[in-house]
Amino acid sequence: MKALCWYGKYDVRVEDVPDPKIINSRDAIIRVTATAICGSDLHLYDKCIPSMQAGDILGHEFMGEVVEIGSGVKNLKVGDRVVVPFTIACGNCFFCSRKLWALCDNSNPNAGVAERLYGYSGSGLFGYSHIYGGYAGGQAEYVRVPYADVGPFKIPEGLSDEQVLFLTDILPTGYMAAENANIQTGDTVAVWGCGPVGQFAIQSAWWFGAGRVIAIDHYPHRLDLARRFARAETIDFSQEDVFERLNEMTGGIGPDACIDAVGMEAHGTAPDAIYDRVKHALMLTTDRSHVLREAIHCCRKGGTVSVPGVYGGYLDKLPFGGAFAKGLKFAMGQTHVHRYLPTLLEKIQGNGQPGFDPTYIISHRFSLSEAPQAYDLFRNQQNECTKVVLTP
Amino acid sequence: MESDTVVRAWEKRVLQPQHRAVKTAGIEPQRSAEPPQNVGTSERMASLVGGAAFVLAGRKNGNLGGLLLAALGASLIYRGAKGHCTCYEKLGISSATHNKNSVIPAQQGVKLEKHLTVNRPASELYSFWRNLTNLPQVFKHLISVEMRDGNVSHWVAAGPANTKIEWDAEVLKDHENELVAWRSLPGSQIDTAGSVKFEPTKNDRGTVVVVSMKYNPPGGQIADYLASWFGGDLKSKLDDDLRNFKSLMEASEIPSTSGQPQGTS
Repeated sequence: MKALCWYGKYDVRVEDVPDPKIINSRDAIIRVTATAICGSDLHLYDKCIPSMQAGDILGHEFMGEVVEIGSGVKNLKVGDRVVVPFTIACGNCFFCSRKLWALCDNSNPNAGVAERLYGYSGSGLFGYSHIYGGYAGGQAEYVRVPYADVGPFKIPEGLSDEQVLFLTDILPTGYMAAENANIQTGDTVAVWGCGPVGQFAIQSAWWFGAGRVIAIDHYPHRLDLARRFARAETIDFSQEDVFERLNEMTGGIGPDACIDAVGMEAHGTAPDAIYDRVKHALMLTTDRSHVLREAIHCCRKGGTVSVPGVYGGYLDKLPFGGAFAKGLKFAMGQTHVHRYLPTLLEKIQGNGQPGFDPTYIISHRFSLSEAPQAYDLFRNQQNECTKVVLTP
Repeated sequence: MESDTVVRAWEKRVLQPQHRAVKTAGIEPQRSAEPPQNVGTSERMASLVGGAAFVLAGRKNGNLGGLLLAALGASLIYRGAKGHCTCYEKLGISSATHNKNSVIPAQQGVKLEKHLTVNRPASELYSFWRNLTNLPQVFKHLISVEMRDGNVSHWVAAGPANTKIEWDAEVLKDHENELVAWRSLPGSQIDTAGSVKFEPTKNDRGTVVVVSMKYNPPGGQIADYLASWFGGDLKSKLDDDLRNFKSLMEASEIPSTSGQPQGTS
């Protein structure tokens, strides 16, 4: 089969590799019909996530048709059309039983490595480095899905691939970011980053009862999407001082909740952002945490900072004193995708009303064989290129 | 701060370890709350003399190196006076006494202990473990375990350089759904003893499993040899194996990517 393989910084190639096989009895093999490049794939492309190996197959947003099931999978049959959560969960452990799917105890074969780094290991993820299990990803014609009796979610007739593909990661991730933000009716929510997760976090903030949502970015096209489709007010950080502007807009109080939908590769020209870039270039740090610092600084007293953006290592110069002084609450982590699928599928279906259409974020469509160009475009033209969908 | 004040403060914080009375499931006598003596008499004398010399040398020298020297001296004095060495304790070593219940001479070997919570009832976990032939499913260095007569089993493990190490073991204690303890029989290529305890959690999270294992390598040689046998970090190997046990019990399979496709150019 054809698969997109990682070889190093800015080096991904489409190659012929053997087809995946059933390894454990709870596996299924899916023929991929649509897959997307995630903003977090760019962290791999930029070689910011440790423990990648040459030849690793990327991709954690994918859907398709079941073509083979292991003897332990009773709830799927060949031909079922499914979306697959990017977090792999066994459904049996303490964490799964509490619906903390992204913290599953039994899905990371390399949990020992993650334990040395983090104390305890999160779940395995598709196509996202060996710390997260080293599973072959779904930017391929076929993919093996472990614990297929728990993860894959059947999609009813009448919905296109593009309408439901983002259920695999970014739509639930934006939704969990808003849920984590502890939004009370009428609250003002600030969202850093108007990429796909930021867009869906804005939309979700409305669903949770926000009175006002303010989106922060510097790409005009992404800010425009946030205004037009997600109905947010916007701040262009290259033009305005974010703290001053948020302070003004909230009557001198600050936003009730701040969502960092950017993560470890923050852009910016503030002194701390330049400091991070220098340290990163010298390989002294993995994470450039400018956005998280700013979110902490801007948040109102007693507010909540929610972090759907990915961080990997040790963060430098984090204003923890400010966070403490203001009594902030923090919530973060990989998305418990399984938990949100029925709710979000309903939002898309609309139940008689016009449903939510997440396809507005798609800017480019390519075939799988064009994936290397797609990565380059997504990496280097972030203004125009908001989301790439690949079809094998 | 004066160097001796620093040493005293350090001594108070670091050298007065809080010893938990560890129940080791019957393969060793229970420990009292007082740190047990695990340093022999001649070593204690040497520790006292050497420690005093280091403290004096360290105090003459007020810089950081001097402080460290004084601190080292203080720890040696403690070791000499109390006859207890935290380092020895961590390594499962004692030069003071020989534990008659253990097959492994007190001053040798490696001891490992691991606690884990498995979201299954104790009876199920006990049943898996009591059938020793199941163990190679989770312990990657084991090639096979076969039951012989009665309580005796025959174990085959992968040794260094494609060799095999074999031994016979007997079950020492067997309390249904609570405890299994075993040890190798005299004449084995390796001296080993171990126990596993199963205790239901008080908060409905399954069972706390406590595994203790002691190994003394073939020929009673140094622990390095054993480490090389397992390819390095013995503790992390045990962690991995017991994680496999947990996954097999909870999810009916051990997560794996072995044999999955990968690019090769």
